[in-house]
Amino acid sequence: MEHQMKNLLKYFVTRTLLAIPMIFILLSLVFVILRVMPGDPVVSMLGAHAPPEVIEQKRVELGLNKPLIAQYFSYLGQLARFDLGDSMIFHQKVSQPILDKLPATLELTLTGMLFVLAIGVPLGAYAANKRRTGRDFGIRLYGNIVYCIPVFWMGLMLQLIFGIWLGWFPIAGRTGSRIFVSTFEKTGFYIIDTLLAGNIHAFIDVLYHLFLPAITLGIVLSGIFVRLTRANMLDVLRSDYVLAARARGIPEGRVVYRHALKNAFIPILTMMGLQFALLLAGAILTETTFSWPGMGRLLLERIYLRDYPTIQGVIVVFALFVTAVSLIVDLAYAIIDPRVKY
Amino acid sequence: MSTRVSLSPAGAIGKIFRSFSEAGRKYGVEWWILIAGIVIILAVAYIAFFPQTLAPYDPLDQNAGPQLGAPSASHPMGTDNLSRDVLSRTLYGSRTILGVAFAAALVSSLIGIPLGLLSGFVGGVLDRVISLIMDSLYSFPGLILAIAFAAMLGPGVVNITLAVAVIYIPTYFRLVRGQTLSVKEEVYVEAARALGARRPAIMWRYIFPNVIASVVVVFSLNIADAIMTEAALSYIGLGLPAGIPDWGMDIAMGKKFLPSGAWWMITFPGLMIVILALGFTMLGEGLAEILNPRLLER
Repeated sequence: MEHQMKNLLKYFVTRTLLAIPMIFILLSLVFVILRVMPGDPVVSMLGAHAPPEVIEQKRVELGLNKPLIAQYFSYLGQLARFDLGDSMIFHQKVSQPILDKLPATLELTLTGMLFVLAIGVPLGAYAANKRRTGRDFGIRLYGNIVYCIPVFWMGLMLQLIFGIWLGWFPIAGRTGSRIFVSTFEKTGFYIIDTLLAGNIHAFIDVLYHLFLPAITLGIVLSGIFVRLTRANMLDVLRSDYVLAARARGIPEGRVVYRHALKNAFIPILTMMGLQFALLLAGAILTETTFSWPGMGRLLLERIYLRDYPTIQGVIVVFALFVTAVSLIVDLAYAIIDPRVKY
Repeated sequence: MSTRVSLSPAGAIGKIFRSFSEAGRKYGVEWWILIAGIVIILAVAYIAFFPQTLAPYDPLDQNAGPQLGAPSASHPMGTDNLSRDVLSRTLYGSRTILGVAFAAALVSSLIGIPLGLLSGFVGGVLDRVISLIMDSLYSFPGLILAIAFAAMLGPGVVNITLAVAVIYIPTYFRLVRGQTLSVKEEVYVEAARALGARRPAIMWRYIFPNVIASVVVVFSLNIADAIMTEAALSYIGLGLPAGIPDWGMDIAMGKKFLPSGAWWMITFPGLMIVILALGFTMLGEGLAEILNPRLLER
């Protein structure tokens, strides 16, 4: 047991250290895209007709006159101090709007993930259990079709049907106009904030606004999980312990949805790490469709304003998040599945 | 070179076609999925190449009908806010998306495949470095990367193609590298080496043809994905200059008129995206199941 703990610890340390070059490469990649590629931020900010001396002054101000390699190291140095720099357009730190908007995106992403799992996993398990029947085929078809639906279009169609035609759900924003966010806002996660403030009325309003965007993400990404769950379940259902469970006369439903699904879930968990990147991308599009004030909207707004430091900051935060999630998932995997070798 | 066991690219394609017809008889459903995919792709390709034979109006004609007209006999898909015919715009829009998605998949495969071959074949430090870079790129949300690229490059057909292409390079790299690693241990590669074949010849004539079959599947699935990415980029306004009929841009335009009930502006271009992406997915899935019969044991 102690030996096992030691191994686990060793794996934790190695895996965490491995994340460092990955972060480093991602940060360098962001730098290459935003600084080395053609396109001059100062010219696009001030316009091509700005006087050369003004452009030059701005370049010096932003440190863009220095050689690229010096810019690169000052960029890394800044990030190492957890400093994302200052906005080029507004008098604010880049981190300020990011911290404001991040909870909105996370709230949407995590709720979306819940819907993805709630839809995808049972459907996939059911399809595996009924493999090569009409129902299996129907579920796989559903998985393939929803995978091919652009998430922004799905959002618009749900808005059209449930927002505009039926009038059941709001189609924009996180709260209604009669909810005063300032009375409960604390963490930025409105579900938590409204509960902490004991404001049930606002809580319901928040859920009501969250429903359509979250289910949009849930439906579109459930296709991948239908497929993953089905494939993993098929493997597990052929294993000896499932045969043994059946031989002992355990009811079929229990064998499939308890014994088998539990074991099929472990690889699904690893895939969740990879799918998180997809979920974030989906969240950006869903935010534009539902006027959801999150990181995606922030990124696009600042792209139109050509506020390069903020664009860079948002992308860096996304990169850090993706790395962190994949790290956490790998570590969780090692804890859950004792067979993982390290 | 009579000892050659491997197939030339033409031979590989021939093998695919032979397994096609056999599988058609053997596996009903997968076969029909494949056929359906091909039919969809051919239909949309026809629309993309000859939109003028089907479109009742010029896609840019601002006097085609009423403003925001609902679908009617003369405008089966209605008209948009600038009185343009939605059917004609939707037909012409297939050009942009199909062209960009196909070109992007081609560009990323042309970069990813040689890199994967080289990395897997040479191994060592080179392999580690390229793999690390590719894995990092792969782990990053593709759309966000494409957004950053598109934002820096500015709108334009070539730029959006490059922005989409960049994010799929790791897909080809990983696939080809993995296959190369296993193929290079095969006996016939060993034999070629023993006969004194030079390294580039081994890579190109012995390994490459045996790797390329699986690329076909990924290429098709990749186009489906690239279609969605192109649509997303142009939907958020980062892809194309105004004036080019494009499904993503038309949906973004239609979004503004959704509250006034103009459902036709978003519905039809969106449906076309789904159908086209589904066509390429079905082709890829069908090919995958037929080329790899072990999957069918399930």
